[in-house]
Amino acid sequence: MKVAIIKYNAGNIQSVDYALKRLGVEAAVTSDLHEIRAADRVIFPGVGEASTTMAYLRKHHLDELIIDLKQPVLGICLGLQLMCRHSEENNTDCLGIFDETVKKFVLQPDLLPSMKIPHMGWNTISGFKSELFDPSLEEQHFYFVHSYYATIGADTAAICSYSIPFSAALQKNNFFAVQFHPEKSGTVGAKILENFLQLQNYSNP
Amino acid sequence: MLSKRIIPCLDIRNGQTVKGINFVNIREVGDPVELGKRYSEQGADELVFLDITATHEGRKTFVELVKRIAFNLNIPFTVGGGISELKDADALLAAGADKISINSSAIKNPKLIDELALHFGSQFVVVAIDAKEENNRWEATMHGGRIPTGKELFSWAKEAENRGAGEILFTSMNHDGTKNGFANEALAKMSDLLSIPLIASGGAGTMEHFSDLFKFGKADAGLAASIFHFGEIAIPDLKHYLRTEGISIR
Repeated sequence: MKVAIIKYNAGNIQSVDYALKRLGVEAAVTSDLHEIRAADRVIFPGVGEASTTMAYLRKHHLDELIIDLKQPVLGICLGLQLMCRHSEENNTDCLGIFDETVKKFVLQPDLLPSMKIPHMGWNTISGFKSELFDPSLEEQHFYFVHSYYATIGADTAAICSYSIPFSAALQKNNFFAVQFHPEKSGTVGAKILENFLQLQNYSNP
Repeated sequence: MLSKRIIPCLDIRNGQTVKGINFVNIREVGDPVELGKRYSEQGADELVFLDITATHEGRKTFVELVKRIAFNLNIPFTVGGGISELKDADALLAAGADKISINSSAIKNPKLIDELALHFGSQFVVVAIDAKEENNRWEATMHGGRIPTGKELFSWAKEAENRGAGEILFTSMNHDGTKNGFANEALAKMSDLLSIPLIASGGAGTMEHFSDLFKFGKADAGLAASIFHFGEIAIPDLKHYLRTEGISIR
């Protein structure tokens, strides 16, 4: 199986590559449009800021490429946010694969006195609506680091709560995305990556 | 529910893990990658690797070690020591570090925090502060506690947050190595002051100290070294204990 990790001006790409290597999968870390299009699986990772990364994607025609991909695609963290319609982070129009918007967490001392931003650390997820997850992962802890979150809507595939519930995962057709870092979430995170690699029969209509 | 984090800290010198008692009398305790893997398997939530002599000797953190750590670990880790400019941080990010921690270099050049946050995002930038209390005043120190800076702890922590730090790692030099508990009063004050997560360091000796830290010190994470390295507290036991104390733990 050929796996492509989209290389662009965002951080944390190395970690995803290492996580796949631990699963015995040699991925291509690439920004080559043909190579990405030809892969069996595409991973769109990222840590960074929305507007500069979207500008980079547009400049390198990666935006059109990602939207048109037919194979299973997995967005991670910023990848998930960029796959949404719009982000409050510097008022950025994103790829629009998911209809959700991305908002900034707001401190809510009444609801959660201990609340800090970013939402950083291990939190539980539930309410699965995707083959990315299996029941053994319900209420397990995954590692999150983010200040912005995707709202809950029709494509929500898992829910996490931090003062308010938000989309811990989204899925629409062949597009999958997780807000947490499966590559940093211990054995349960590795299970998510394995499930993604083993998906069958997904295509973009 | 977001859980409180337990973070073993591996102080690195010449590629080996060491633990200083009050930052002196260093003894070696093993290979950082092996120790890191062991902690991860035991349930550590995160790891910190500090190149403790890096700043003092002007040495850069070894990128190769970070690559080995990143390849072998499936939990997040922070790397600190000898990071004084963007290119240092960039090399560590490329090697697979999830976060970097800066200490003396931020005190000498506070704008470094802004630059790092702008280039890599706040989530990548931990500002570490070693502080000492004297005559009811907490002051940040440099170079492993040897040099006072004139910076008052709480205002410096807030400034670091305002400049874009994603997290504060506060080590009490008064408590470090004593095993008498964390600096809960100062930690609670800092936690209330900050809107970013706070990692507490210095003073862990018993499991009760961690319980007190989360109940009274209001920290988001507790960091310790020797009690873990020398097997005085096993992480699974600690987490079990904290759960029975009603603390949210992975």
